[in-house]
Amino acid sequence: MSYLPYAVAAWICLVGIAGIATSRNLIQLAICLTVTQSSSYVLLLSVGYVRHGKAPIFVGTKLGTTAVDPVVQALTLTDIVVSVAVIALILALALDAHRLSGTVDPDHIADISG
Amino acid sequence: MSWIPPLLVAIPLLTSAVTAGLDHVTPRPIQHALVIAASAATTVLAFVLLWHTESNEVVHWFGGWEPRHGIALGIDFAVGPLAAGMCAVIGLVMTLALIYSLTFMRASARLFDALMLAALGAMCGFAMSGDLFNLFVWLELMGAAAYALTGFQVERLGPVQGAVNFAITNSLGGYLFAIGIALIYARTGSLNLAQIGNTLSHGPAGGLVIVAMTLLLCGFLIKGAVVPFHLWAADAYAVAPAPVCAVLGGVMTDIGLIGVSRLYWTVFDAPFGHGHAVGDVLLWLGMVTAVLAGTMAFLQRHLKRMLAYSVVCHIGIMLAGIGLLNSAGLAGAELMFLAHALLTAGLFFVAGILHADHGVIDELHLRGRGRGCLALAAAWFAATIGLVGTPYVGIYLGHGLIDDGATELGRRWVLVFLWLGSALAGGALLRAGARIFLGWGDAEDPLLGKAMEEDPLERDVQRPLLVAVAATAVVLGVAVSVVPGLGQRAEYAAVRFQDRSGYAARVLRDHPFPATPSLPVAIQHTSLESLLYATSATVLALGLALAGLYRRRLPRVVSVLARRTLAAPIRVLREVHSGVVGDYVTWVAVGTAFVGGTFALLLHG
Repeated sequence: MSYLPYAVAAWICLVGIAGIATSRNLIQLAICLTVTQSSSYVLLLSVGYVRHGKAPIFVGTKLGTTAVDPVVQALTLTDIVVSVAVIALILALALDAHRLSGTVDPDHIADISG
Repeated sequence: MSWIPPLLVAIPLLTSAVTAGLDHVTPRPIQHALVIAASAATTVLAFVLLWHTESNEVVHWFGGWEPRHGIALGIDFAVGPLAAGMCAVIGLVMTLALIYSLTFMRASARLFDALMLAALGAMCGFAMSGDLFNLFVWLELMGAAAYALTGFQVERLGPVQGAVNFAITNSLGGYLFAIGIALIYARTGSLNLAQIGNTLSHGPAGGLVIVAMTLLLCGFLIKGAVVPFHLWAADAYAVAPAPVCAVLGGVMTDIGLIGVSRLYWTVFDAPFGHGHAVGDVLLWLGMVTAVLAGTMAFLQRHLKRMLAYSVVCHIGIMLAGIGLLNSAGLAGAELMFLAHALLTAGLFFVAGILHADHGVIDELHLRGRGRGCLALAAAWFAATIGLVGTPYVGIYLGHGLIDDGATELGRRWVLVFLWLGSALAGGALLRAGARIFLGWGDAEDPLLGKAMEEDPLERDVQRPLLVAVAATAVVLGVAVSVVPGLGQRAEYAAVRFQDRSGYAARVLRDHPFPATPSLPVAIQHTSLESLLYATSATVLALGLALAGLYRRRLPRVVSVLARRTLAAPIRVLREVHSGVVGDYVTWVAVGTAFVGGTFALLLHG
């Protein structure tokens, strides 16, 4: 077992969060959000990977053949689908922000506070 | 196998899809009738389900993939009385909000209804799910619908800011949750909550499970707007349309707490249940949330923002009840949720009517303009008294049960914080009510900060209908504490909810729960201490409201002393709530690290 994929996943997650926290542009911020999320894909895939495992298609294979975990790819796909909607929404809101104020800097659209 | 649980999700989601798809063909009245009928049908079915769950947990395996030899193969809904009750309340609040939006949102785009129903389906699915990954999917679905609903009126910058802050912090919470799922799956090879709990009950937990628990719980705490993850809530609720606020503030925020309790008592009770560490962290977070959000509520002049902080304050009290980890605490949180959902929805409805009548929603701008609206004034004050928890009104019974839970553990000091929080939030709402409906107090108050830019929302609404909806919500909410038999049933539901091995046996091996004891149908009695606490909280709330109204008439010594001691902390508090999403995400990171670090210190080794 290699620790590298887990370290990569943690690194991607933290870099994404740092990006969101410091971003001055809503579109870049949305991209940072997808970066954070992609850490969960890396993590899921490394969790489900089996060395020398076949793709999990069981038609015409012998019982007891080693295969990688089919669940994680389903989770990853669902994860992607779910987040696409959210990212699209954030980008649409960024467009609205630009239309209303001429900027996509989150500091400048902070209308309410306190 | 019961078919009701999947119907609670299928009816709203299918109707939502049909409404969105046939948007351009169906006449408006038919569409409204369809949407309200779907929401009402969901509510009625949830009550039927509640009745079915009285004797046993109702389990539905999708596609008939039932477990073999105690190993879960498929995906399930497992519903006890607590989850069914949640669905019923969610359906009720949603139905009221949809009726309210009939005239309130008349000019809006039609997809509004479709989004509301999607949120309803997702919340019901969340409350019933017995599968970790499905919890995530429902969480994201209700999130996506809620972000869109918050930013529904994008003619001004405020709604954009509110929706962006809401969407980004909550999605980040969802992703933390997804990472937690991956870790738990790596450790246990299962996504079924009962199965995960069973696997973790063998052998020591280790650091991986602590990290996973931190991420999963923080994901829910962000949704539940618990300090320091609460910063998005006030921005979002201040700008969303009133019926959306009623749903978000009344039930959707509390969904995070359902998630926390579901996860704890199906999964993490197994490895960490012998100690009290997890509960203590939740308890402290709850107490801090109650006091801090209560204070913030008192500093607001924008009614919906004030209500948002009042919601967060009560979330804190409920979380503290859950954190006591005993059945009285959880039952108290349940009953508080019930009363709080209806009363908060009612208050948001009243705020919406004021906004529609006068075009402003600022406490100071509205001063004296509510004179003569007797129905509105009555609804506002009744709901406020209910939220403070005056004896035998509104949240009182729930609060009383949390008191019992704390007393049972010998932690009476918890109550001081909780009652202080609800007195602060209640004091703010009473002050606003007195200023608006009675015209009391000064017309200017620098303590409340600057007025926010408002959109002049003067609408042609059917006022009697709106007032009737608001009054219904408030009356139901106020009555919660005096419904005979409710307290006893809530406690029984809590005991069943906390029985991890019973739940696992029922889900995985179809073993029934022990027979239900016959429960009395009588008004729950509360201890003398609760009565005293509740009375003193009411008096304190009234005092705070009067002090807020007539600050200038306070003796000079008091006001100078108050200014010297409180001015700096208040300024810091306001600055923390900066409205900039980057700051919020930083707080999320800091909060997660803090919660994780505390768990690691308390649980490891």
